[in-house]
Amino acid sequence: MDIVNLTIDNKPVVVKSGTTILEAASGVGMHIPTLCHMKLDDLNIENKPGGCRICVVEVEGRRNLAPACCTDVSEGMKINTHSMRVINARRTVMELILSDHPFDCLICAKSGNCELQDLAHNLGIREIHYKGEQSTYREDTSPAIIREVDKCIMCRRCETMCNEVQTVGVLSAINRGFESVVSPAFEMNLDHSVCTYCGQCVAVCPTGALTEVDETGKVIRALSDPTKTVIVQTAPAVRAALGEEFGMEAGSLVTGKMVAALRRLGFDHVFDTDFAADLTIMEEGTELLNRLGKHLAGDKDVKLPILTSCCPAWVKFFEHQFPEMKDIPSTARSPQQMFGAIAKTYFADQLGIKREDLVVVSIMPCVAKKYECGRDEFKTNDNPDVDHAITTRELAALIKLSNIEFKSLPNEDFDNPLGESTGAGVIFGTTGGVIEAAVRTAYEIHTKKELPRLDFDELRGMEGIREATIDFDGLPIKIGIAHGLGNARKLLEDIQAGKSEFHAIEIMSCPGGCIGGGGQPYHHGDAGILKKRQAALYQEDKNKTLRKSHENPHIIELYEKFLGEPMSEKAHHLLHTEYFDRT
Amino acid sequence: MPKIKLAENTVQLIKDICKEFENKESELINVLHQVQSKLGYLPAEVQEVIAKELKTSVAKVYGVVTFYSFFTMIPQGENPISICMGTACYVRGSEQVLNEFKRQLKVEVGESTEDGKFSINCLRCVGACGLAPVVTVGEKVYGRVAPTDVKKIIAEYRNH
Amino acid sequence: MTDYKMHLLICGGTGCKASESDEIKKRLNQLIHDLGLADEVQVVLTGCFGFCEKGPIVKVLPDNTFYVQVTPNDVVEIVEEHIVKGRLVKRLLYTDPTNDEQISDSKGMDFYKKQIRIALKNCGFINPENIDEYIARDGYQALGKCLSERTPEEVIKEVKDSGLRGRGGGGFPTGLKWEITKNVENDQKYVVCNADEGDPGAFMDRSILEGDPHSVLEAMAICGYCIGADKGLVYIRAEYPLAIQRLKIAIKQAEEYGLIGDDILGTGFNFHIELRYGAGAFVCGEETALIHSMEGLRGEPTFKPPFPSVSGYMGKPTNVNNVETFANIPVILNKGAEWFSKIGTEKSKGTKVFALAGKINNVGLIEVPMGTTLREVIYDIGGGIKDGKEFKAVQTGGPSGGCLTKDFLDLPIDYDNLLASGSMMGSGGMIVMDENDCMVSIAKFYLDFTLEESCGKCTPCRVGNKRLYELLDKITQGKGEEQDIEKLKELSVVIKDTALCGLGQTSPNPVLSTIKNFEDEYKAHVLDGKCPAGQCKSLLRYDIVEDLCTGCTLCFRNCPVGAISGERRQPHYIDQTLCIKCGVCYEKCKFNAITLT
Repeated sequence: MDIVNLTIDNKPVVVKSGTTILEAASGVGMHIPTLCHMKLDDLNIENKPGGCRICVVEVEGRRNLAPACCTDVSEGMKINTHSMRVINARRTVMELILSDHPFDCLICAKSGNCELQDLAHNLGIREIHYKGEQSTYREDTSPAIIREVDKCIMCRRCETMCNEVQTVGVLSAINRGFESVVSPAFEMNLDHSVCTYCGQCVAVCPTGALTEVDETGKVIRALSDPTKTVIVQTAPAVRAALGEEFGMEAGSLVTGKMVAALRRLGFDHVFDTDFAADLTIMEEGTELLNRLGKHLAGDKDVKLPILTSCCPAWVKFFEHQFPEMKDIPSTARSPQQMFGAIAKTYFADQLGIKREDLVVVSIMPCVAKKYECGRDEFKTNDNPDVDHAITTRELAALIKLSNIEFKSLPNEDFDNPLGESTGAGVIFGTTGGVIEAAVRTAYEIHTKKELPRLDFDELRGMEGIREATIDFDGLPIKIGIAHGLGNARKLLEDIQAGKSEFHAIEIMSCPGGCIGGGGQPYHHGDAGILKKRQAALYQEDKNKTLRKSHENPHIIELYEKFLGEPMSEKAHHLLHTEYFDRT
Repeated sequence: MPKIKLAENTVQLIKDICKEFENKESELINVLHQVQSKLGYLPAEVQEVIAKELKTSVAKVYGVVTFYSFFTMIPQGENPISICMGTACYVRGSEQVLNEFKRQLKVEVGESTEDGKFSINCLRCVGACGLAPVVTVGEKVYGRVAPTDVKKIIAEYRNH
Repeated sequence: MTDYKMHLLICGGTGCKASESDEIKKRLNQLIHDLGLADEVQVVLTGCFGFCEKGPIVKVLPDNTFYVQVTPNDVVEIVEEHIVKGRLVKRLLYTDPTNDEQISDSKGMDFYKKQIRIALKNCGFINPENIDEYIARDGYQALGKCLSERTPEEVIKEVKDSGLRGRGGGGFPTGLKWEITKNVENDQKYVVCNADEGDPGAFMDRSILEGDPHSVLEAMAICGYCIGADKGLVYIRAEYPLAIQRLKIAIKQAEEYGLIGDDILGTGFNFHIELRYGAGAFVCGEETALIHSMEGLRGEPTFKPPFPSVSGYMGKPTNVNNVETFANIPVILNKGAEWFSKIGTEKSKGTKVFALAGKINNVGLIEVPMGTTLREVIYDIGGGIKDGKEFKAVQTGGPSGGCLTKDFLDLPIDYDNLLASGSMMGSGGMIVMDENDCMVSIAKFYLDFTLEESCGKCTPCRVGNKRLYELLDKITQGKGEEQDIEKLKELSVVIKDTALCGLGQTSPNPVLSTIKNFEDEYKAHVLDGKCPAGQCKSLLRYDIVEDLCTGCTLCFRNCPVGAISGERRQPHYIDQTLCIKCGVCYEKCKFNAITLT
């Protein structure tokens, strides 16, 4: 391995060759500001167009300034990261960016969380010397994502996420020069495109150009309507990230505080999507065993592998891109929608109210969930099973709006009957978690034996595609896991080519799974945050006394009192769905 | 953008062109050149077919089409008029010639006349600087064009 | 070319074709056939002669008679007088503007006297659509020798020793580039010829491809042999249909002759050449952008390193040279590095082709040794400024270059001198300007170009150039403020310092060089509200001098916007708020009663 000696701001530095100036500087505590650059280490995601030119530094002997993000160090290099020349260049470049950016910081959805705003502040911009024409574009509102293209600074992060990471291919740079901007083809609206609403573009946008549709207003209105009973469900990944919005360490588990906050916000019942996750396992696990049984019995028509179907962006992805394979994924609805369907039937009946008078709000790490709850098949008489899906960030905004001191809240418990969950439900929030939960239940149902262990380390991790074989008491079950739609595509193409040997595959659209969802607190390029959230969920699983979905007493009760058994006709009607060819 | 329905043989033509280039994504620009030379322009529906054939995203195709000034999504006039705005032509008065074309045809740069006979475009140096200012109509090159020649040039094509 | 007694060479470059050189050729052939001379006289459509100002040109060999501005109607006279009777057609000869003498032999013309032709060696001498004519002038001899007698190392050394530097703009040593690409190990490498000539006002690459396509093909094959590539790609502008057509013909002929393709000349060396088309993006002249464009992507440059020589087309090592650079190679290898390196200056060897255009008498394509002064080029070869006006500036290097004043007329032209004086060599466009050209407008013209051609990837080029343009526009509109000149300078410096690629890094050069050399002109716009060259319309003011106005009403009747009022036989008056500064009144007035300030 080659070693390179150089000096950064007169400090001698020794690094591996192939290191960028940016990395070398950060190694010695010199934080060179960046804007377009983004590197998510464990996820193999990098956006390095070298376009914004904020990170320029002075390299002795070089004619012009060098972008630190994409210039490799070389032997004897002398770098100055904040000379007069550098500061002047950075400030001028920032002024240029701002000269083509709307001045509505105070009312921008991203205010306070905006990398551009922070950077302008840090560079001490007080005046823009170069004023001129500003680009103006039509605002594009879809069911989940709002594009305010005026605020685009051409960092191209969204383009990288949409194309290279997710391979969805909706966003591309278009036009050129001053007119260039990132947009769907023909500048069409997102809802006319093949966008999956995975929200990864939103998750990485450094400005307010891409944000989620804000539904907090609708939730406030529902909560203040005395004729409505308003209940809430919280997705597993939310509890591992919400604390970050209140300055808590990444990976802090805030389940109890979250429940307390939701109660104070005025929800009549605080339930848990984890309960519905357990229910999903009952249905999906049974479906897996059914298909597997037929397959082992020699049925040639049965489709394997079975693919998970919890993720709405993933569902929309294959509906657009692989419609011919729409009979392969499990027909089980996502936990959010199972919850809604049960809430508006079973629970509404228990309360003795009409479904129209019950408002179901969900707190999701996801922006695609906003789209999912609006799908026609999840409505009865035009009344949706889930009325409003808001993101982790929106929940934080609601809590702040309601003057709740989050950090000092006591820990409280979920309500019953839809609030009880097992550890299996909790790990739904991370890549590998759904399939691990399914394995725990499917194993015991299939073998009729108790699992010798509950932690399946071979299914855990952050690699984009993972595979493992689980021994079902002599029957080897081959399992695949993909997170990120680009990785999912690879597995799908293998299935298409007849090369796949998996029995079951778990797919989550977002890198890291729901913990890295488009609705989570912004990670600002620090992938380490995702790992901490993941660890938090596995910890919560460990803390639970019940860790297998089929042992959840309220699930057992639900089947006994209402559904009959998994895959029953009633279950089929309420908890399963169908997919559509969207080409 | 009004949707147009492509005729079956147009779709086939595009598919054939893509096939000629082995449906390779890296041949996108060659494909666009060929298709535009056959159809005259590259409307959205055409780009959709190309994207599908080359197994790439339509956003990427559109990104490429809008990057290169040679590609157009608007049908050109029967007689596309291009005025060279290269430096040599500029210093020898091509701007006045352009203005005269705009005035006489009552269209702006990039537009076609209502009867579809003419469209005006600017281009950057055809490399005939000796003849500056230069105007091309289709393949024909006119040199040393003065604003007073504009009427005559238009008349040449008016009754065709 | 030995069977015929006489040859008639007609320029078939784009410019002369536009002036009906095809028709001239057709009529010549017809007439010669009718007279039964077809076995004795050959008519050849060649590439560009360079003297575009006087095109179309017909040259008669062996006596070198040079007929200028020939029309199809002159054909009969040329044939009957010159060919049949052996008498010169005097009225079609070139007249030396300095002494009104007619010159029949092109060698005696000032335009050609100071030129040395290496890259343009065959342009205007051979039929570019006939490989035999190229071969007859030593064509493919260098390739043959390289393949059979010399190792790649020896050839690269020769190219290095010659001192040849890239003619596309940057001036990187060609031999060194080849060596670097050669030393990168990979089983697949590429040779790319950059024929995406985009500088407005430069047309040497087009002329070489139209006039001598084989020289480029031969050089590419030699390069392929040296670096270990078996595939060559010519990235050519789609706007050059004639060059494309001739390249296609040349490739086909070379393939038929076994000079390109598999097992060239039985040596086991394979080299195939394909064409790739540009689609109207100037930035694709930048090599990384060019490569992305060939890969079917938006032509956005990427940060170097990695250089194309390490990771280029399809991620493979790729050597990119421009057309003129390649055209030098066969000559260098035939005549030797020593011969070549004797031409030119210490650090810039050989010759450079320039496209001479603008307000100059002899517009055209010239090739001069490095070190020739601007004065020699503009006055001796170019014949001075058009219409007897005064020289003001010469712009070199296109949108990346700068404007040089008369103080630089005795500057020997080479890469380093031009760079040191705030301009650059670029691809060799040379636009001459006279007293009527406003330097602020010229800077604005170039910025407008850059703005349109910027890819939009980096902030300084995407937004910075927009702001530069807006400041210049403001100044030409008469709305400039004193600090705007300072702002222009400051912003220019940052753009140069921070832009991603060569296009952005050099885009402020026209601004900086015009401010440096013509600051007074900027100040006149900003402080006095005047455009000294009289080009900025918003700054013009037409007034009627009361004492001189006879009240003839001619101006009143001709004013297109009704800005002039007054009684018959009384002095008239121009309403400045209505005046559109069209200048009609000024032209019409018979009494010089209208002033322009």
